[in-house]
Amino acid sequence: MSRILFELSTPGRPGFALPAGGPQGTARLGDSKLRQDAMGLPELSELDVLRHFVELSTLNHSIAAGFYPLGSCTMKYNPVLNENLAGLPGFAGCHPGQTPETVQGCLELMWELEQKLKAVTGFPAVSLQPVAGAQGEFVAMAIARRYFEDRGERRELVIIPDSAHGTNPASVAMAGLKSVTINSGDNGLVKLESLAEALNDNVAAVMLTNPNTLGLFETEIRAIAKLVHDAGALLYMDGANMNALTGRVHPASLGFDMMHLNLHKTFSTPHGGGGPGAGPVGVTAELAEFLPGLRVVRGDDGFRANPASKAIGSVHGANGNFAMLLRALAYIIRLGGDGLKDVSGGAVLNANYLQARLRDTLEIPHDGLCMHEFVASGRSLKPHGVRTMDVAKRLLDFGMHAPTIYFPLIVPEALMIEPTETESLATLDEFVAVMKQIVAEAAEDPEILLKAPLTTPVGRLDEVGAVKNLLVVEPPTGEGEGS
Amino acid sequence: MRGFVPHTEDEIRTMLAAIGVAGIDDLFATVPADCRLAAGLDMPDGLDEYGTASHIEGLAAANRPAGGELCFLGGGTYDRVIPAVGSQILSRPEFYSAYTPYQPEVSQGTLQMIFEFQTLLARLTGMDVANASLYDGASALAEAVILACGAKRRKKVLLPGSLRAAGRRVVETYTRGMDLELVEIPWDGTGRIDSAALSEQLGDDVAAVVVQTPNYFGVVESLADLAVEIQAAGALVIACVEPTSLALLESPGAQGADIVVGEGQSIGIPMSFGGPGLGLMAVSQKLVRKIPGRIVGRTVDNQGRTGYVLTLQTREQHIRREKATSNICTNQGLMALAATVYLATLGESGLKTLARGLADRAGYLADKIEALPGFSLPFSGDIYQELVITAPISAEEIRAQGAAEGIHAGLALGGDYPLLGDNALLVTVSEKHSIEDLDRFVAFLGRCTS
Repeated sequence: MSRILFELSTPGRPGFALPAGGPQGTARLGDSKLRQDAMGLPELSELDVLRHFVELSTLNHSIAAGFYPLGSCTMKYNPVLNENLAGLPGFAGCHPGQTPETVQGCLELMWELEQKLKAVTGFPAVSLQPVAGAQGEFVAMAIARRYFEDRGERRELVIIPDSAHGTNPASVAMAGLKSVTINSGDNGLVKLESLAEALNDNVAAVMLTNPNTLGLFETEIRAIAKLVHDAGALLYMDGANMNALTGRVHPASLGFDMMHLNLHKTFSTPHGGGGPGAGPVGVTAELAEFLPGLRVVRGDDGFRANPASKAIGSVHGANGNFAMLLRALAYIIRLGGDGLKDVSGGAVLNANYLQARLRDTLEIPHDGLCMHEFVASGRSLKPHGVRTMDVAKRLLDFGMHAPTIYFPLIVPEALMIEPTETESLATLDEFVAVMKQIVAEAAEDPEILLKAPLTTPVGRLDEVGAVKNLLVVEPPTGEGEGS
Repeated sequence: MRGFVPHTEDEIRTMLAAIGVAGIDDLFATVPADCRLAAGLDMPDGLDEYGTASHIEGLAAANRPAGGELCFLGGGTYDRVIPAVGSQILSRPEFYSAYTPYQPEVSQGTLQMIFEFQTLLARLTGMDVANASLYDGASALAEAVILACGAKRRKKVLLPGSLRAAGRRVVETYTRGMDLELVEIPWDGTGRIDSAALSEQLGDDVAAVVVQTPNYFGVVESLADLAVEIQAAGALVIACVEPTSLALLESPGAQGADIVVGEGQSIGIPMSFGGPGLGLMAVSQKLVRKIPGRIVGRTVDNQGRTGYVLTLQTREQHIRREKATSNICTNQGLMALAATVYLATLGESGLKTLARGLADRAGYLADKIEALPGFSLPFSGDIYQELVITAPISAEEIRAQGAAEGIHAGLALGGDYPLLGDNALLVTVSEKHSIEDLDRFVAFLGRCTS
């Protein structure tokens, strides 16, 4: 393991030189308690810093390093150009409090991106402010709540299928609503009867992921929308899987009233080791006045940003993750309408190809044409004493990231596989070969899987011990390791 | 195919044959015909790389970035010198093209970095533990308010009138569905929280009091004194801080804070029109199991080697679902890396030099502006890196005049803080400012008279 930053420190080492030339001794801090103790920050040279983080970077798997079939996360190529563009001083140096005349480029970019996202989703209004998919979900639920309040109604429930991502019920709770779970049918799709049974005049919204987390399109979506709307409720689409539909389906025309987009999935802004993301929310004309944050409008005197008339408020300190918005716009204009259609075509082609090639190797409980991903089950390996976790760990030995595992919850020992459209046939074939080898090993020599991974910087880590002997902060020098 | 799909026509045919369909469109057979778009997207065809770059560069050129001119804007987003080593490290795809470290064996780079980030933040704030970051300072404050109400099982939270308005709006939006009572505490003539008004509102129904220090007006609060009173009422102290100030001012931990939040943009992240930022949160040991967001812990592998994992995951949405501490799923991993590299590069002495230099510049500016005819300082309290000035003309007029000559003069306060009036301007210094820059600004203000 790499040495930790603090071990590399040498007190007194000359560090980074800040601009000199300011006044001295003029502070107005006479009444304030000043810090006397050492903070305990390290002191390193620039080269020390560079080497430390370069070394850490080599311990990571990344899209740049290899295949990353993490279901639902859409780990596809992040065009290098977009990183360069985000660093342009003309954007990076803009303060959100500048006068509008001096940030017309930023405002135009936001306006243009909103037009593009409207074109992709079919919704007439989009807020760019939410900074993550989960925050987009929360925004949508807050809009639902506000919409009914505005009509003098009080509705408290939100219906969610059991295949949903955990953020869905958590977002509902944050918005002060209660979630009701309905079971999926045997085909993995929403059961119309269960939905009809759960709907009543206390239901504010229904949250659906489409395609769902099994990678299946909700074929009865129009009937679902009718049921929901007949009950007076709103239909929300979790757009985590929109990359299966770009250029082919307008969620707005399916009957959805709101949706969020994950720019870091569908439009390939980098995931950054867990963020920053961006989760814009699109809504129908009727709901546009509730959108949060500032909306950019184009007028005779240029672009201006104003809040919506009945905005639910604001979910970010400024304009959302602007630098992610600009990467997404670069991606969209580079691909264009034709390229975005190829994105969904390529994503669905790759997923179906993998599914077809793995059909005789892994159990696929909801077999049939899939969309951008499919879910296999590792339960057939259980007689060998092998679990899905072991398959995932063994994959790491081949320089491939594992699929999403143990999700969705409705498939036992789940392996959720999303290759994305940017992977080549050669990579997919290699993955197939590796999976076949792993499944063969499970039968012949399960110990290989149980001990895996062996070629990674560390082996399997003691997660139970991490909770029991919680250590989340390096102890001060000299105190040794805490317990 | 376009869209970075790498296949040749031959390969596509091979793949379609393996699947057993004739064409790509047949793969969408489960999408009912009446659900499909009849025509393509209402969008032009794609551009090449050069064309894309030209278009986006054109938009950048339509801006006049404050960072490239004389910038006195602050209020939560700060114009800092960022060491070049930071952008170099952030541009490594091993970091930016990785995801949340779900498979720790191949994510030790991200995990160890987050552990280092947590440690740096805990040390900076003087708190026991920090999480792996939240979206931004404003949402971190909202999460802190929710955490406090849950921990205390009380529903009233006191917010200072001098709180950053953008943060207050996010608190209101996040908590609207939770039936909480948010009460505003006014400021006094020093610009600090009016302690008499605070005492009046404190009672056994108060879950927490938010103390922003330095507050939005740049004024340093007496956090230690406030904390004693707040905790005597059984409420939690949520300190909202600007991280660089902690190199100079007593740490919130040492002053008794229970929860510390802040915006981390000022430690290594470009302004980028306000985002992405970095939500900071650190708490005392007793609250560690209630903290929202990811946390990284140190452990050992099956051979006894040190390693790092995401830990305490039973607090989180993917396990607890509607009972989770928050719906947050991602952190701001790459921005946490930016902050970690920044703090490592400046180090103990660099951050102290930075903070001292900012306070000196702010004090210098206060002295000069106070002496300008027609200008006054409404508050007498200590300041760190920004100050409120009252001008003889409206703040918007000053901003407009400044913009015309390459000076981003400050933020107008009248809209969000009507009590301060339309002539109130929030002025922020930067380590970029030389004495000559500060004098040029003062001279500019001197010309801004009715």
